[in-house]
Amino acid sequence: MDKNLYRRRLLTNRIGIALSMMAMVLGLFVLLWILFVLFKNGFQALDWNLFFKSTPAPGSEGGGLANAIVGSLMMVGFATLVSTPIGILAGIYLAEFGDTSKTAEITRFMTDIMLSAPSIVLGLFVYAILVAQVKHFSGWAGTLALALIAIPVVLRTTENMLRLVPGSLREAAFALGAPRWKVTTQVTLRAAKSGVVTGVLLALARISGETAPLLFTALNNQFFTLNMNGPMSNLPVVIFQFAMSPYDNWVRLAWGGALLITLTVLVLNILARVFFREKVSA
Amino acid sequence: MNTSVVENATASGSASETDSGMRDLRLLRIIRKQRIQDFIFHKITLSFSLIVLVSLVGILISLAIVAWPALHKFGVGFIWRVEWDIINEEFGAAIAIFGTLSSATIAILIAMPLSFGIALFLTETCPAWLRRPLGTAIELLAAVPSIIYGMFGLFVFAPLFAEYGQPALQSTLGQMPLIGPMFGGATNGIGILAAGLILAFMILPFIAAVMRDVFEIVPPILRESAYGIGCTTWEVVRHIVLPYTQQGVIGGVMLGLGRALGETMAVTFVIGNSQRISASLFSPGTSIASTLANEFGEADDFHLATLFALGLLLFVITFVVLACAKILIIRTERAKGLKT
Repeated sequence: MDKNLYRRRLLTNRIGIALSMMAMVLGLFVLLWILFVLFKNGFQALDWNLFFKSTPAPGSEGGGLANAIVGSLMMVGFATLVSTPIGILAGIYLAEFGDTSKTAEITRFMTDIMLSAPSIVLGLFVYAILVAQVKHFSGWAGTLALALIAIPVVLRTTENMLRLVPGSLREAAFALGAPRWKVTTQVTLRAAKSGVVTGVLLALARISGETAPLLFTALNNQFFTLNMNGPMSNLPVVIFQFAMSPYDNWVRLAWGGALLITLTVLVLNILARVFFREKVSA
Repeated sequence: MNTSVVENATASGSASETDSGMRDLRLLRIIRKQRIQDFIFHKITLSFSLIVLVSLVGILISLAIVAWPALHKFGVGFIWRVEWDIINEEFGAAIAIFGTLSSATIAILIAMPLSFGIALFLTETCPAWLRRPLGTAIELLAAVPSIIYGMFGLFVFAPLFAEYGQPALQSTLGQMPLIGPMFGGATNGIGILAAGLILAFMILPFIAAVMRDVFEIVPPILRESAYGIGCTTWEVVRHIVLPYTQQGVIGGVMLGLGRALGETMAVTFVIGNSQRISASLFSPGTSIASTLANEFGEADDFHLATLFALGLLLFVITFVVLACAKILIIRTERAKGLKT
């Protein structure tokens, strides 16, 4: 046996494995680093004013993010309300009726592309069809843009989760003479419930941090408002504007906001995972 | 499989319908009602799934309509015009395209080997009990909003990069012939290279997730046979897993590329936002998405049309890249279906 060859193969293996471990460590390091920076800077900004005062005017002291938090909650909330039924119904079509049809195949393909399509383009789209028509920015436009981003997420998760439901469950229901819509809504969808919730949570997490589409749709508003028909403040855009600003208290607020969204998004993601695990073990 | 069973069920349903329908009118009526309900249910779900298609086509059409003045004036030449003169309304997309492509290329070059390493570790060498937490951690990296990456890049990464990273690169790679000028110029942290680096860590989890998923579809028997004849882990991955999943891996990389091309916030914070092309990767530039984010607020009619033309261009580029990625990934998954 050639001892050198053997040694060389072993060495290559060791180097390869070591490099892959280093890649893993680097990935984890970056995640922890980002979280560390966020917590360090974000907690300095966390106080009650953050939740109860509106964004400060240029040059003025103090202030909070109350208007942005409420605006974000409203837009994300409405976007979820709109996108959840649409995504679920479309997902049902792909999972239950879409095995043979060409339309379903194309829809599935396009949905996957929409999942990764640049969100800024969706902002432009909503600007063109809504903001440019009514000639003012509005919370509703922001909601529409966010809903368009959320629909593909809900759709694909719903489809995948419905596909995990065993066929025998459907067959049993069919054998009892149940019509298709009943089988789908009362049996299949119910069995896949926690999976569908996972999809909604993931969509929520995804749109909570979206900034680019809101720049062209909801814009920003320095004042507290519940009027969805006018420009509306929201966390991501405020963070974008404040982080780039020369005022110290603005930058501090930006960090506070950044911590808020990241925590929300990470908690939603972890929740989604918990729901999904329940589904798999059940 | 499910559909065939379901079709059988409906077929037998219709057979019994003719039987019992003669005898029992009531049953017939119920069945007919259910038929109609099912028909309506089918069409409702169908129409909702078409919303995605409609919005996709709508995006193309509406962007093209608003961008029309710019497209009409500059024609195809818009793509390679290097001007960006807002006052004289002379616009070209070349600078933004250059910034977009170069930052995305840097991101891919860095993210590709890293995510390969992570996927290899997660599928081959990682102890089973660590697999889930580590996988989750990488997926959480994907969940961090892009604006956070932007802030991190601007406030934390850029200063460090200017003080340590850039001088180090300048004194090593910068001294080499040919690629030397790419690492010349002022070291102020932000610029195309910094944007590429931040993007790399943004897209890394996406690529790693796809790679891990396609690595897992390699039939165990192939892997085990290779181990059985004495291959090392590295050799199994290099000569069995990679060739088997080649298309899927390329698909994953292109998926990451699609993300990197369209990313707005992470890039806008660190790319420097200056409308010029420079040989040095240290110098500030701009990407399509960051131009949109920065100039949209102040744009008037014609400028706005130009920005929409840029947006349309970005959409078409990412669409093509993502479509290719998807096709490659689907092919890999299909091959698995055929071979097992």
